[in-house]
Amino acid sequence: MTTHVELRAAYADSVTLLQVSRTLQDEPGVAAAQVAMATALNCDVLDQMGFVVPAGATPNDMVVAIRLTDDAAPEALDRALAALAAALAPPPPPQGALTTQPARTTRAALAGSRRDAGPRLGARRERAGGGDGRARGRPRRDGLQRQRALEQTSWRSSARPPSGAARDGARLRHRGGRRRRPRLRQRLRSRPGRHRGRLRNRLPAADDPSAPGGVGVTHALGVGGRDLSVEVAGASTREALRRLDADPGVELVVLVSKPPAPEVAADLETYAAGLATPVEMALLGPGRPDLTTAADGVLRRLGGRCPTGRWWAGPARPPGRGCGGSSSAGRRRSHGDRHRGAGPDSLQHPARGRRRARLGGSLTAARHTMVDFGDDALTAGRAHPMIDPTLRTEHLARAAADPETGVVLLDLVLGHGAEPDPATTLASAIARAREAQAVPVIVSVIGTDLDPQHLARQLEALNDAGAELHFSNARATRRALELLGGVR
Amino acid sequence: MFDERLGAGPPVVGVGADVFADALEQQAVAVTRVDWRPPMPGTEADLAAVAADPLRPPANARALAQMLAVQAMLVDVGPAAEVLGLQRGEFLHAGPPLAWERASGPMRGALMGGAALEGLVDDPADAPALFEAGRDVSLEPCHHRAAVGPMAGVVTPSMWVFVLEDPATGRRTHCTLNEGLGKVLRYGAYAPEVLDRLRWMSAVLGPLLRDAVRSAGPVDVTGILTQMLQMGDEAHNRNRAGTLMLLRDLSPAMAEGGHPSADVAAALRFIGGNDHFFLNLAMPACKLALDAARDVAGSTMVVAMARNGTDFGIQVSGTGDAWFTGPAQLADGLYLGDFGPADANPDIGDSAITETAGIGGFAMATAPAIVRFVGGSVPDALATTRRMHQITLGENPRWQVPVLEFQGTPTGIDVSAVCRTGILPQINTGMAGRLAGVGQVGAGLVNPPAEIFPAALAALAARVRAR
Repeated sequence: MTTHVELRAAYADSVTLLQVSRTLQDEPGVAAAQVAMATALNCDVLDQMGFVVPAGATPNDMVVAIRLTDDAAPEALDRALAALAAALAPPPPPQGALTTQPARTTRAALAGSRRDAGPRLGARRERAGGGDGRARGRPRRDGLQRQRALEQTSWRSSARPPSGAARDGARLRHRGGRRRRPRLRQRLRSRPGRHRGRLRNRLPAADDPSAPGGVGVTHALGVGGRDLSVEVAGASTREALRRLDADPGVELVVLVSKPPAPEVAADLETYAAGLATPVEMALLGPGRPDLTTAADGVLRRLGGRCPTGRWWAGPARPPGRGCGGSSSAGRRRSHGDRHRGAGPDSLQHPARGRRRARLGGSLTAARHTMVDFGDDALTAGRAHPMIDPTLRTEHLARAAADPETGVVLLDLVLGHGAEPDPATTLASAIARAREAQAVPVIVSVIGTDLDPQHLARQLEALNDAGAELHFSNARATRRALELLGGVR
Repeated sequence: MFDERLGAGPPVVGVGADVFADALEQQAVAVTRVDWRPPMPGTEADLAAVAADPLRPPANARALAQMLAVQAMLVDVGPAAEVLGLQRGEFLHAGPPLAWERASGPMRGALMGGAALEGLVDDPADAPALFEAGRDVSLEPCHHRAAVGPMAGVVTPSMWVFVLEDPATGRRTHCTLNEGLGKVLRYGAYAPEVLDRLRWMSAVLGPLLRDAVRSAGPVDVTGILTQMLQMGDEAHNRNRAGTLMLLRDLSPAMAEGGHPSADVAAALRFIGGNDHFFLNLAMPACKLALDAARDVAGSTMVVAMARNGTDFGIQVSGTGDAWFTGPAQLADGLYLGDFGPADANPDIGDSAITETAGIGGFAMATAPAIVRFVGGSVPDALATTRRMHQITLGENPRWQVPVLEFQGTPTGIDVSAVCRTGILPQINTGMAGRLAGVGQVGAGLVNPPAEIFPAALAALAARVRAR
């Protein structure tokens, strides 16, 4: 068995490297392959795969690790390395690239695309320049002060909300497909708010494919994941609310956020009450309505039909023993991910809930475990689990094999940018996991029938694998607790 | 809204993983992708501090506007002793401050020739002792005396200089008369014919030009620059159209000035035979404009780039008179005759003031005729000008590049943009011989040493934090 591990002074983003790794894994004679930047997390993964990462590797090094099968042809490694070189080669430059220059910053890109439209703007978006000045990667906690200063500068000087502003028409991942309705309403979100897709098109079509259900959203403005913290105090949210209020086309503003600082939330509520445009608050947290309740409220207010929250109670002919039921006595754990704040109080969230309380490398804890596989710590040098579900799939197998596991709760987010066919891997992982013991697996599916993954097919695959499916994360979570016997 | 008005969607820019841009393109939305790179190492905190400085945007807008408002008029020509008050034994030189001990070959050669020209020594070979002793001589950058000088940039009291003035403010800048190419003082040559030419320039050419300028009236140098940029000159290594336009404006007055016709003919022949004659007007015009952008608190705009053959230095609007220096680099280019890289001296001269003002290497796209001279290609030239737009604050509406749809030249180098993008200003330049007395050995492309921009940024950030 030949194993090849090398370090290269090269960089590629995690999504590219995921694709490269998959290409290598498909090469004849390759038993296992992983190409990744040598972050601590990726080194752990390589270690688990049985590769020895050379000492002194830093996150700036690219690790190429290939293991060949015992019966691999002698030239298999060369072929694999050639495939690697081809996969990493930059695409040929488009015509005219010799005389053009790729924009190195958002500012330059914006200036370039505006040149076509008219005279160059003298004052450009400062956030673009400022934000670009950040260190590689997303801002970390110690950058809070900096973020606040940048946000304030950017709001003062830019014509539009500064970051994450997505406008209607094209869709990225969880924004999902949407049906345009004549009424305009706008919504703010505070990163990450993954489940906002449910606000629109919340699967009325799954109930009745011919129904024109759902409501339209014209603007989704990202205001930053820390905007409602004490330090930033809602600076961007307030400004965005002010601008939306000034737009006569806006009928209703919905503000979605993970749990805010209470004083910031109170201030914002006061501020919103003074606006001419109604603002529906969907601020999550203990004692507050969950996102499903908030979404229902929005729909009711707009005179829309509230989806029934239909769910599939496992397969008609379960491959195992069905998925209901209880678990062994004693400590029970529920494994799930990313229903930030949407869940009832009874779930402990070691990764998030008690802020910095961290799980160990095994990602397990004595009681209920909630792992956010999209957390900074688990995405360093790796793609988000919506794109690369490897870590989550591995964890699912471990959790299901644990006799103390009472129920497994997952979410699955569809949309542009997410995995093209996530159910294929997830369904087989669920089926495999339930072979040993038929632990209930509950999946909240966030998607619409306009998503490119083909919602019905995704549901079918998961259902066939024995998963119980919900279109509301809150309901899925309640269902998981119910299965645990209502443990508080 | 993308889908309601055809082609009227907001610009979409993709940064980071391509998966998002791909998803949009699959939905027929045009995406401009950013070739994202980390900033220059170690500049992250300073970049954040400067980016968040509330003074910065208005300060940069003001610095740029003040620069662009300047009109450079050639109003007079006179000896440096009179015009600049240069005393016997005072030498101006190119680049940031420099002592004789650290001076490179061509700088020493030019200083030696200058000492002989002023009669401080009989033989240039005796001059090193004079400079080593340092008692009767002093060295000072041209930039400190409202002047600029190409290559070694040595100015002595008897040399005649152009006087440029901004009529709105009365501010002035100065530059010597260009000697031509080859064996010339500014490239470090000091042979007898070099000094003879300089004496003729002071005795004949200077007074002729002075009388012509005074009688024909101020010459609009900024206006000539506007035209020459549309005629294939980039005003650093190609000044052919500019030189001819200057002759057009001054030759009638030169002919009518009452000077001996042989002198007039010699002067016309000298100017017409030296395609670089206008460089010594382009440079002070650029300095006059950039000086208007100096000392704006919070501005990250570079107001001078200059080299003395040993150090490359920049000055920045928001940091006063401080020089940020690093080792001057060797140009990459083509060599004359049998000269090769081993014969070349590191980058030298104040002429990078043209790039600082957005022309020269920054306007390479407008001068395809010279790209081979500096060892480049036409696509390189177009790409270079476009790249420079990524590190500049704006465009010069007067100075336009026809082949780029009359886009204004990239103007106002932003220290923070250089640090953020890692893109260094592109300079095209002549190369002086390494040894004193050799003269020009080639021409090529060169960049500043990268470290001076983080140093300038750190100084800007320190001021932000102190506010």
